[in-house]
Amino acid sequence: MALAAAAGLVLTIGTAAAQQITGAGATFPAPLYQKWGEAAEQPTGLKLNYQAIGSGGGINQITNRTVQFGATDANLTAERLGQANLFQFPTVLGSIVLVYNIPGVESGKLRLTGEIVADMYLGKIRRWNDPRLVELNRELTLPNLPIAPVYRADGSGTTFQFAGYLSIVSDEFKTSVGQGTSVPWKAGTGGRGNAGVAGIVRQTRGSIGYVEHAYAKQNNLAMAQLRNKAGRFVYPTEDTFQSSAAAADWLSDPTFGITLLDQQGENSWPIVAPTYILLPRNPTDVAASRNVMRFFDWAYGAEGDKLADELGYIPLPENVKNVVRQAWAREIKGPNGEAVWTGGGS
Amino acid sequence: MGMRRGGVGVGIVMQQAASAAVLGSQGAGGRARRARKSTRLGDQIFEAIVTGAGLLVLSLLGGIIVLLFIGGWPAFREFGFDFFASTEWDSVREKFGAVISVYGTLVTSIMAIVFAVPVAFGVAYFLTELAPEWLKRPIGIAIELLAAVPSIIYGMWGLFVLAPVIATYVQPPIQDLTMDIPILQDLFGGPAFGIGIFTAALILAIMILPFIAATMRDVFMQVPAIYKESAYGLGATKWEVVRNVVIPYTSSSVVGGIMLGLGRALGETMAVTFVIGNANAISPSVFATGNTIASVIALEFPEALQGSLKLSSLLALGFILFVISFIVLAASRFMLRPRLAK
Repeated sequence: MALAAAAGLVLTIGTAAAQQITGAGATFPAPLYQKWGEAAEQPTGLKLNYQAIGSGGGINQITNRTVQFGATDANLTAERLGQANLFQFPTVLGSIVLVYNIPGVESGKLRLTGEIVADMYLGKIRRWNDPRLVELNRELTLPNLPIAPVYRADGSGTTFQFAGYLSIVSDEFKTSVGQGTSVPWKAGTGGRGNAGVAGIVRQTRGSIGYVEHAYAKQNNLAMAQLRNKAGRFVYPTEDTFQSSAAAADWLSDPTFGITLLDQQGENSWPIVAPTYILLPRNPTDVAASRNVMRFFDWAYGAEGDKLADELGYIPLPENVKNVVRQAWAREIKGPNGEAVWTGGGS
Repeated sequence: MGMRRGGVGVGIVMQQAASAAVLGSQGAGGRARRARKSTRLGDQIFEAIVTGAGLLVLSLLGGIIVLLFIGGWPAFREFGFDFFASTEWDSVREKFGAVISVYGTLVTSIMAIVFAVPVAFGVAYFLTELAPEWLKRPIGIAIELLAAVPSIIYGMWGLFVLAPVIATYVQPPIQDLTMDIPILQDLFGGPAFGIGIFTAALILAIMILPFIAATMRDVFMQVPAIYKESAYGLGATKWEVVRNVVIPYTSSSVVGGIMLGLGRALGETMAVTFVIGNANAISPSVFATGNTIASVIALEFPEALQGSLKLSSLLALGFILFVISFIVLAASRFMLRPRLAK
């Protein structure tokens, strides 16, 4: 009752009295955090100030405690979390798709496997009429055109997940390129941001690139089918992403640093990845820390899920959200040793 | 241009000095003795302020160099001379070398100069010698406006307008022409992305054109009319006047102006990042993709973690760029010296 009254009070005071929470980091979830921030202002009385400066910047800033939360696409290891005394939790999932520009091949028609994509980015498959590609795509007539792989030139979580996937499916990619927010590509050209990659793909005949699904969908780019772990070719849709999310064993790692890449499941899209928030485990500003959790508790709710859906992100499964809520109460303690977060409902 | 700027600067300083003196004497009222004293005091305060401003710039410059060097030190220590000799840039295994980005920086900038100088010369000569009065101002203003276009606009224009044109109408015909000629086929080979070293150099050329053209125009105007008229009187053609009178008279200033343009091209970031292709590779082809120091720093900085070797390597690259720019600017000052001293 008291809480409800307090919430009512916040509403009547209006936005002028809104408490500000500040965060910085990953660019990939930035459009969603922006939307969540706008939508949450009325019901929670919290005003989000989120700076999309990149995952690395987010990690730096939260390590220095210059913001109240950091955001990163690449999960931190338990060791690094321990060093900086941070707690990590996922917010939503995103997915990465392959987009292409091949004259005469419509969206959704091209079939690829992870190994073949890895070989394209290693510079080993160089033409679209390569026998391995022709065999996968018997009903298409692939042109005799050089393959132009396009990658993200700026360091990004998208690259981290895409290179991670290629490292899982190709040993050679793993040893000679590897996983990281920027990796030493063996072939192709780099564009800046999703827009840069999409721009080059659109203009270059015979090009292939990787972008976030939400971006490809909004811009009507031609997307390829990819063979998943179960051996089936899937076209990227919301259902196939949810299938991956459901197949993952979320609770196997207390830092939620599980990989969602190349999941089991007949219908699973193989390149799905979570994005994370970093919170200090020993906040000095207890009220601010509580506000951050209150904000994400709201974002985990029905309205937050709806906004995520609209923008092409995939909400977390309900049981995962509940585990995160419990972990907030358990892991984040104020200077007096008391839990900062005392449960939802506010 | 340098000369004119210097003149204006001195003028402003003198005005300020005069007004400071006036202010001082007003405050002193009618008595001459006190007026003199407080003028001296005002003078001293003024001197302290302007000296401080001068020293501030110097200490800022020194501070930046020192900080870049300290930041880059872990990379220099880790890789040693290899940092200047390695073509690797591998964030995953933390192996970094500067060769490719230094190469890309120098090649794009030098090519930009090669493209820009003849056009700038044409513009400057046309404006000073040939253009009718009514055309001088519009063209002069257009050149200055070109300098005011933000570099991100050049980048977007380069990626979305210029790159497709080059991929379709420039590279394929050149490749067809040079297909079987040994060295040239490598020089112009490679897939037609439309982005790469050549496009980056072209964009840079457009960006530095106004600076070089403006410098050239200003120094061409300083050639005494009597020299040119004497040459014309001897029956020289317009080209002969340019070749034998204008260029010899202004050559050191012209080179200085080109160096200023080069300095700008070396550090240009946003536009280059859009159109260079950002690949860590050196290729014999001018159409191949590459990167520059500035583009690598801009792209990789947001994901460089504190205390990482990568961040240190980026700062070391910044230090190298600073040193290159410093050398170029110092050379330009040296070349412009005869004009400035006059």
